[in-house]
Amino acid sequence: MITVIISSPFSMLILSKNKTMKNLIIITAVFAAAFFSSCGSSETKPASNQTAPAEQAKAETKDPNSYDPKRGEGKFTSESLALEDELDKNMAAEGEKIAGVKCGSCHKYTDEKLVGPGWKGVTTRHQPEWIMNFITNPDPMIDKDPAAQAMLEICLVRMPNQNLSDAEARQILEFMRKNDGIK
Amino acid sequence: MNNKLVLLAVSGAFAVTALQSCKPQNTSSVVSGNASVKAYVAPGKYDEVYNFLSGGFSGQMSVYGLPSGRLFRVIPVFSVDPEKGWGYSEETKPMLNTSHGFVPWDDLHHVQLSKTNGDADGRWVFGNANNTPRIARINLKTFKAEEIIELPNSAGNHSSPYLTENTEYLVAGTRFSVPPDNANGDVPINTYKQNFKGYLSFVSVGKEDGKMDIAFQLECPGVDFDLSRAGKGVSHGWFFFSCYNTEQANTLLEVNASQRDKDFIMAVNWKKAEEYIKAGKGRKEKVKYVHNVYSEATHSASSEMKTEVTILNVKDFPDLCYMMPCPKSPHGCDVDPTGEYIVGSGKLAALLPVFSFSKMLKAIESKAFDGAYDGIPVIKYEAALYGEVKKPGLGPLHTEFDGKGNAYTSMFVSSEVVKWNIKELKVIDRVPVFYSVGHLCVVEGDSKNPTGKYLIAYNKITKDRYLPTGPELCQSAQLFDISGEKMEMILDFPTIGEPHYAQAVLAEKIQKNSQKIYKIDENKHQYVTKGEKESKVVREGNKVHVYMTCVRSHFSPDNIEGIKMGDEVYFHVTNLEQDWDVPHGFAVKGAVNAELLIMPGETQTLKWTPEKPGMWPFYCTDFCSALHQEMQGYVRVSPASSNTPLVWSLGTNLPKAEEPASK
Repeated sequence: MITVIISSPFSMLILSKNKTMKNLIIITAVFAAAFFSSCGSSETKPASNQTAPAEQAKAETKDPNSYDPKRGEGKFTSESLALEDELDKNMAAEGEKIAGVKCGSCHKYTDEKLVGPGWKGVTTRHQPEWIMNFITNPDPMIDKDPAAQAMLEICLVRMPNQNLSDAEARQILEFMRKNDGIK
Repeated sequence: MNNKLVLLAVSGAFAVTALQSCKPQNTSSVVSGNASVKAYVAPGKYDEVYNFLSGGFSGQMSVYGLPSGRLFRVIPVFSVDPEKGWGYSEETKPMLNTSHGFVPWDDLHHVQLSKTNGDADGRWVFGNANNTPRIARINLKTFKAEEIIELPNSAGNHSSPYLTENTEYLVAGTRFSVPPDNANGDVPINTYKQNFKGYLSFVSVGKEDGKMDIAFQLECPGVDFDLSRAGKGVSHGWFFFSCYNTEQANTLLEVNASQRDKDFIMAVNWKKAEEYIKAGKGRKEKVKYVHNVYSEATHSASSEMKTEVTILNVKDFPDLCYMMPCPKSPHGCDVDPTGEYIVGSGKLAALLPVFSFSKMLKAIESKAFDGAYDGIPVIKYEAALYGEVKKPGLGPLHTEFDGKGNAYTSMFVSSEVVKWNIKELKVIDRVPVFYSVGHLCVVEGDSKNPTGKYLIAYNKITKDRYLPTGPELCQSAQLFDISGEKMEMILDFPTIGEPHYAQAVLAEKIQKNSQKIYKIDENKHQYVTKGEKESKVVREGNKVHVYMTCVRSHFSPDNIEGIKMGDEVYFHVTNLEQDWDVPHGFAVKGAVNAELLIMPGETQTLKWTPEKPGMWPFYCTDFCSALHQEMQGYVRVSPASSNTPLVWSLGTNLPKAEEPASK
């Protein structure tokens, strides 16, 4: 009786309609349990329900309408940054040191492209919060930000996440402002 | 016929197999239909369990996921690994130093996860070197061997590195008794009984940093100390060692060490030994052994020669050790989760004796002794015996526990795993394994709280189980679901080397602590280059130090000229990346050692001695970005007598040679 159902065209139709692997597994599991039931086999469960974090992250940020290309994606907003008009020279000096270790391999401070674009004018091309979000959270932005994607087509190297702390990112932003002539 | 059936099942002809599955099981139909679901971990999903396997004669330790049986990593420990630069980079060479010099290979037999309160705490995993006796500690944040200590007065470091319930001590018992290191070992072989000793080393482990030190050694009669286990719970403070060759034979042990009806399990009161050591009762001996430590701050190892150990001769302390007679050439001596029961597995015995710790204490108190063995009191067999499991199978070797009152014993000769109830001493279930099973592992199965879900059998012979690969075949592991009354085989997977003991731990205890990068600002390597602006080439006589950086996707510098014949060139390569999973590789043509694999934020050094003048390319070996193929450079080597200036650059196409540029 059971085997008739399994080998019927109807059940094959179910299989082909359910395209995801998960569904396939569940169906296979049900079949397995069903046709072994005559031997008293115990109930079957999928081996693992743990989900890799990358998958979770994707699920959380699925809505494309929520993306603001001026602000980018990350923890910074113009309010949270509240930049002064004047340059903080100490902060800029710290930023230059960090940039030398973590950024200078790929970015020149002129407008010349190396691996990535030159930094000259970057603070006029992007909002400060966009820069802060991009340098602390590059991967999700490269996946959806139009400007970042256009740059990737030119550079062909995804900007790496250099694990900057919030304070370090802020210091680098100050150095970029200095590099763009803010005093 | 059976092969056909499997094919038919796969192609969807379920009807035939559904009928067939009710027939008696044989070697190919022992797997039930839902096994694949139980072992299936979908792409992108994580396994529940880490399984750390000894690599046996490969000298390494491998990391598998369960229930999928997927191999994640081979951690280089006692053998060189050119793939990872282990033993080839300047930083890692000291890790394989010994009192005999640099040793590029060993035989890793047993794996022990560190414990707190008798449970796996996920901090470190230890492994033993059997041939040139050592113990290694692997940090489970980095999955890297960061400490190796050598053991003097030892040979065949087999009952090792079993550890106590709070990782106070690891033990290392010597299997091949030998004359002590500082005695004259140039003696006739037939003076075994007079001149040969078996030493048991107690290695202390730092509570916070895991640092190992030989706290003391026990000098014991010259027998073969085979395996050991620490007591736990009620028996915490004791250690148990199986010994064979109590005949003290020195040839054809196969026959001559199998004469006696019973050998021994030796019980050691290590708390007592600790007291004697504290009271200054130990004697100091001059020996040589090395202690190698890898620093994650300097990304470099150092090797220190140590020269002294403290020894207690157990003959002089009659309340330290006791012998429990155990039939016959015992191998495993395994302690159940409560610490009350000690299972001896006599390789040649037709029964499994189970000793009772509380009975043993009573026997000691009432002096229920049957003479002494070389000065060590021998407890009457029945006085410490809880009972015997009759006819468990042939060739019992090792026992693990499920925390539900059951024990699982591997049967080498009859190729099966036998499940039995400890209290009732009754066999509950037996399953065939393919073939010749050695060690067993239950997830956290030697702890106070085994999880009791999976059991893995590590088999010595695979014969017809896999596609053949010539005379040498893989060894294998077989995974069983033990959550029910009956054991159910759900997966075979091949292993590297020869797995002896393995341990498994719930993934949640380790995965959250796994390190992603080394922070570049914390890099204290002597030759670190923090940023391209600091990259340079420095000549010190005939030693040339290249301070090189790498980032997706170039080296700095990538052009070097002015290296001369007779120079020793050290490429100190710093990976400036600070992102997870972005190592860079480094290889230079003609290097007679290996490549480097440099993790984000790390510095590693490859020594290169040019072989003749010419142009020598180097490149990144680890595919790092779309422009990985562009990640390359050149070193120009000139004759010793030439006056080619030492120059280096990146991004500058230098003027041609007729107009030499000055740096």
